[in-house]
Amino acid sequence: MVKDMKTYLVKVVIENKASARDPEGETILKDLLIKGGYKKVMAVRTAKLLKMWVEAEDDKEAKDMVSKLCDELRIYNPVAHTCSINVEGE
Amino acid sequence: MKVAIIQFPGSNCDFDTLHVLNKVMNVKANLVWHKSDDLRDYDAVILPGGFSYGDRLRAGIIAAYSPVMKEVRRMAKDGYPILGICNGFQILIESGLLPGALLRNSSLKFICKWVNLSVISNKAIFTHKIKKNNLLRMPIAHNEGRYFIEEDDLKELYKRDQIVLKYADEYGKINGRSNPNGSIDNIAGICNDEGNVFGLMPHPERASEKLLSPFDSDDGKMIFSSMIEYVKER
Repeated sequence: MVKDMKTYLVKVVIENKASARDPEGETILKDLLIKGGYKKVMAVRTAKLLKMWVEAEDDKEAKDMVSKLCDELRIYNPVAHTCSINVEGE
Repeated sequence: MKVAIIQFPGSNCDFDTLHVLNKVMNVKANLVWHKSDDLRDYDAVILPGGFSYGDRLRAGIIAAYSPVMKEVRRMAKDGYPILGICNGFQILIESGLLPGALLRNSSLKFICKWVNLSVISNKAIFTHKIKKNNLLRMPIAHNEGRYFIEEDDLKELYKRDQIVLKYADEYGKINGRSNPNGSIDNIAGICNDEGNVFGLMPHPERASEKLLSPFDSDDGKMIFSSMIEYVKER
């Protein structure tokens, strides 16, 4: 039996590891948020977001495929970055 | 001897490098398009500076998958000299031929200026004729040059003498003030454990003629002459 393929939106977020400084996030916090009066914001980290629309049978297959390609093609540099992957639905 | 200078879409220091090798160092060199899959005629490879693939996704990552990189890997494994300058360094990092990462400058700005570099190691083919602690003047011109590596791997680099160049001041002092981009421990260039693959953010090809230097210097030549002498002695 041929299973139905659906299109899923998968979001890949790449950010610097905690041990690698994020000067852009630091500047946004210090020079925009704190100076703008939002003193309860404790930290800001910037990240790169990739949206991928992929065909898969289900959520798990969509996530596994994107996870595999991120590792194989070095979509992030494991020395400096973390990569989180979330399936946002069909 | 013959040197291959690889041209990627977006390379822009390819002709400067060719000029220095041909006209200043008097060595044969050719520009080689990145789709080439045969470098058997060459004794050394240079990946020049520029903005390969417009730095999309991350500087150097897309060029790391160019067909020519298979040949570059083979030559690296066989001990040939491989030099990556600026974007070429980023490509060597992203192709896994050198460890670490090159992140956005801590100032968040593109930096273009002359710097002083202290020679930390002469393990690399490209510095083996230069005395340790010598100061070299060269310009930098980059947006993503902040070298980063985790603490344990940094210790390993020190242990194996792979840290080749560090940013210093005019007296050779290595400190925060002489660090232009926030690189960990002021690192400007590293080599692999074998010493034949070397990457650096500064531009030796822009510092090889006195006419082009505000200091009447031509220190960049030392990097190329070390490579040339190595190949001739090999």
